[in-house]
Amino acid sequence: MTDLAQFKPVTVYVTYIASTPEKVWQALTDPAFSQQYFFGFAVAVEPKTGGRFALLYPDGRTHVRGKVVDWSPPHRFACTWIVEGMPGFAELPECIVTYDIDRAGDAVRLTMTESHSWDIPETILAGGRAGWPAILSNLKSVLETGQPMAIAMEPPPGFMEAVQKAIAEKPWSRGRGG
Amino acid sequence: MSKPCFVYVTYIAAEPEKVWQALTSKDISARYWFGYNVNSDWKPDAPFALKNSEGKTTDEGVILECDPPRRLSYSWHPQYEEFRNERPSRVTFVIEPLPGQVRLTVTHEDFDEGSKVFESISDGWPMVLSSLKSWLETGAALPPSWTKTHKQVIAAAEARA
Repeated sequence: MTDLAQFKPVTVYVTYIASTPEKVWQALTDPAFSQQYFFGFAVAVEPKTGGRFALLYPDGRTHVRGKVVDWSPPHRFACTWIVEGMPGFAELPECIVTYDIDRAGDAVRLTMTESHSWDIPETILAGGRAGWPAILSNLKSVLETGQPMAIAMEPPPGFMEAVQKAIAEKPWSRGRGG
Repeated sequence: MSKPCFVYVTYIAAEPEKVWQALTSKDISARYWFGYNVNSDWKPDAPFALKNSEGKTTDEGVILECDPPRRLSYSWHPQYEEFRNERPSRVTFVIEPLPGQVRLTVTHEDFDEGSKVFESISDGWPMVLSSLKSWLETGAALPPSWTKTHKQVIAAAEARA
């Protein structure tokens, strides 16, 4: 069971989109839609709180799996994330990704919040901080123009090493009082 | 405690020159910056002013770096009464060309801890830069979408300015 109170927001990205909350919701939860902007990943989600969540490679393998912790269409979608598609990454503690969709005048404000339950190193956070602007810029473009961008992305310097170090040392298991 | 620093990255399907033009043109900025417009000769040490749609200067500064179409930096000193006692901060735009798009990174830094200007720009930049992206990609800027609180803060500040 995920104890939500343990998670602190560490990365926030806000974008404003000329769209409606319903269309943004669809973009976040529809597999064919997410493939256009999310580095080709298809979102697979059971539409209920407690349901299963996954991001799938085009060949159907799992990149990310998790659980839906908030399913409140069209305003809030939150799920846990465990990265399975990269060697060793599944040993990292799960994080929570929350999307908040608010009307802002005639536009929509989309806020992505990445929350963690442990003192995660900046070098690992840099991975998400590089990825989210690309993903969410692209989502905005697809909704406003119908044209996705092809954005190439490499892990930031030191990212893979920092993940392997964390997996080896397991800093999240210290100081929790058993 | 680290000093406040705001960083925002966005990808825009446009040429670097178009992004540069949008960042430095008074007329274009008025389109996507909700009526506010940038004014400068865009040379190192030249004055910079952000004016509202009535022509009143809301933010003053000096051009610190100007390397078209890659890198632009200016100091930022809001003229609103509750912000004027803070020292000028610094905003830097970096435009990186990529195939079919640019990566625009906006860094706004040099704030004191607890800066009210920092709170205000952290709200403001995502709106302005989202609108810039929309304008460059679709030809239509975003409608003004200030949150209620932000709108009240700005309206009150303008009334007192």
